[in-house]
Amino acid sequence: METFVFYVFSTILMVAAVAVITVRNAVQAALSLVLVFFTSAALWVLLEAEFLAVTLVVVYVGAVMVLFLFVVMMIDTNTAILREGFTKYLPIGLLVAVVMAAEMLMVVGSQSFGGHALPLPHPASYDNTAELGAVLYTTYVYPFEIASVILLVAIVAAISLTLRRRQGIKRQDPAQQVAVRREDRVRLVQVPTVRDIPLP
Amino acid sequence: MSELIVVIWTVIKILAVELPLLAAVAWLPYAERKIIGYMQIRIGPNRTGPRGWLQPIADAMKLMFKEITIPAQANKFLFLLAPLIGIDAALAAWAVIPFSDTLVLSNTNVGLLYVLAISSMGVYSIIIAGWASNSKYALLGAMRSAAQMVSYEIAMGFALVGVVIGAHSLNLGVIVNAQKGGILDWFCVPMFPLMVIYFISAVAETNRAPFDVTEGESEIVAGFHVEYSGMAFAVFFLAEYANMILVSMLASLLFLGGWLSPFEGIPVIGEPSIFWLLLKVSFFLLLYLWFRATFPRYRYDQIMRLGWKVFIPITIVWLLLIALMVVEGWAWWKV
Amino acid sequence: MYDTIARYLKSLFLLELLGGLAVTGRYLFGRKLTVQYPESRTPLSPRFRGLHALRRYPNGEERCIACKLCEAVCPALAITIEAEPRDDGTRRTTRYEIDLFKCIYCGFCEESCPVDSIVETAEFEYTYERFGEHIMTKSALLEMGDRYEQQIAASRAVDAHYR
Repeated sequence: METFVFYVFSTILMVAAVAVITVRNAVQAALSLVLVFFTSAALWVLLEAEFLAVTLVVVYVGAVMVLFLFVVMMIDTNTAILREGFTKYLPIGLLVAVVMAAEMLMVVGSQSFGGHALPLPHPASYDNTAELGAVLYTTYVYPFEIASVILLVAIVAAISLTLRRRQGIKRQDPAQQVAVRREDRVRLVQVPTVRDIPLP
Repeated sequence: MSELIVVIWTVIKILAVELPLLAAVAWLPYAERKIIGYMQIRIGPNRTGPRGWLQPIADAMKLMFKEITIPAQANKFLFLLAPLIGIDAALAAWAVIPFSDTLVLSNTNVGLLYVLAISSMGVYSIIIAGWASNSKYALLGAMRSAAQMVSYEIAMGFALVGVVIGAHSLNLGVIVNAQKGGILDWFCVPMFPLMVIYFISAVAETNRAPFDVTEGESEIVAGFHVEYSGMAFAVFFLAEYANMILVSMLASLLFLGGWLSPFEGIPVIGEPSIFWLLLKVSFFLLLYLWFRATFPRYRYDQIMRLGWKVFIPITIVWLLLIALMVVEGWAWWKV
Repeated sequence: MYDTIARYLKSLFLLELLGGLAVTGRYLFGRKLTVQYPESRTPLSPRFRGLHALRRYPNGEERCIACKLCEAVCPALAITIEAEPRDDGTRRTTRYEIDLFKCIYCGFCEESCPVDSIVETAEFEYTYERFGEHIMTKSALLEMGDRYEQQIAASRAVDAHYR
């Protein structure tokens, strides 16, 4: 049963992964990438790494790819321009591809993909999430904190790079608009009625 | 052979959860029309069946027999896939929702995160629908909803982190049982601001009034589903209402003690029961409808301001407070 | 300063929103104003402008003298009139048609008529089953007038003081 599920998800994953790089349309490629993330999360669940699997979906599928799609949908990609200079970049591209293939072969051929990497059997009360948290906040607390500080720096840098206040632009301040009360805008006036206007 | 039996038994269990859910989804729009009608001094649908109770069946029949039109330049596959993703996400999240101590499809330790992950898939339904329709209004609606849902997911996630800190678990059953011991132990007492923010963010997540700029019929006609008709539209509709029920269910599990009784210790009515759970869910659903009958639609930039500049700071402050309470041992509930 | 703090507290505790909810919550239990249409109806004004009719004099002679004022005043160009002298030398219409799809029920034809011939009745429940039925011919208009004469005369008598 588990093997069957594994092969189903792996097939979908491989097809989607190939689609990411072969499909012409950028939006369709991004959607295929979403499918890749989702099926690999399913494979992680089969490995009993459910916390990581769900986090993968939350972070990559739920947030990163949504923003990615957001951008891809709005820009107009011209495939003709993209294909210019194909022959010029071909040698470098081939070189990179060969290097990457060699690296991947070395990783896949190494001992880390041997049979002893299977998850160890554990009691029913085993809590993957709690274990992960315990390790993360004890043994690896410094790398964890450093990583978060680096991310914080990245956020601050990104904001300070893109934040610019242009002069001479009318801006709305929602806080100010929300704070408006009726008395600020409306004045109730009692206009006396004029009677007995002589007809012309 | 035994594996086959397991599969069949699982399917039966899934149906036992989903069929009542779909019935509830069918009658929720009826309740909505009735309640909003009452709040507007009208009486709502009352012609089909006694007091209009058969109205959902009539609506379903009408939608089923309508033609599904597909725009000429639309991406046909994605166009039809979008509503299916929506309903899939809305129904799949119910796999980890517990209805009592033992009544749960999958008692996983990452239940809460799973619900978040699956419900975040729902945004794809809207984005794909908006893009595949090849229509300006649909695309604008999709853009709005994508930005809105990603923003409010953060405030919602922070509010849920408070609950996780309080209960020391992501397992929904454990979270409910951490609130045992009477109404003061429910998380709605120490985490009241988080509950309010969670529910308001949830209203925004499900694209319901007053945060329904995704549909915004006065500006972008019907937003992402402007090109949909017939059953394809109905599936979007079902997904939206299933999500509403899911979010209300989550709110009652996380903050109102789920199936626990408010009168714990008193015989009979103090017993934990699924009826308490359903009562609490109905309360949150009523709030949904009440909001829709009361509030005008937010302007888009005000929605963003509310999410980023109001909700996230408040949740972070309260999160620190909750963490302090738990660490210093001031927490009066079971940690 | 005090004002600002008060405003922040007010919005933080959602006071105005709760006030709004209280209003709709009250109406939830209030008496409903819906009129169950086919069984009960709202009263109609004597000036109600519904389906058109051509009236006759009590002796059976049609009122319309083919002056074409209604055709001229009609803002939607819904009225078409053709006229010829009759055998006795009077001007009468040979064709008097109102396109009900064009008509906006403004009542100008009624106002302009010097002999109170074209009128709008209080009849508003009508349908067309086939294309072409939306054009009211002269015979249909006269038949309407014959059938609703009592109602037309009564509503005109009530309103006569203001005309």
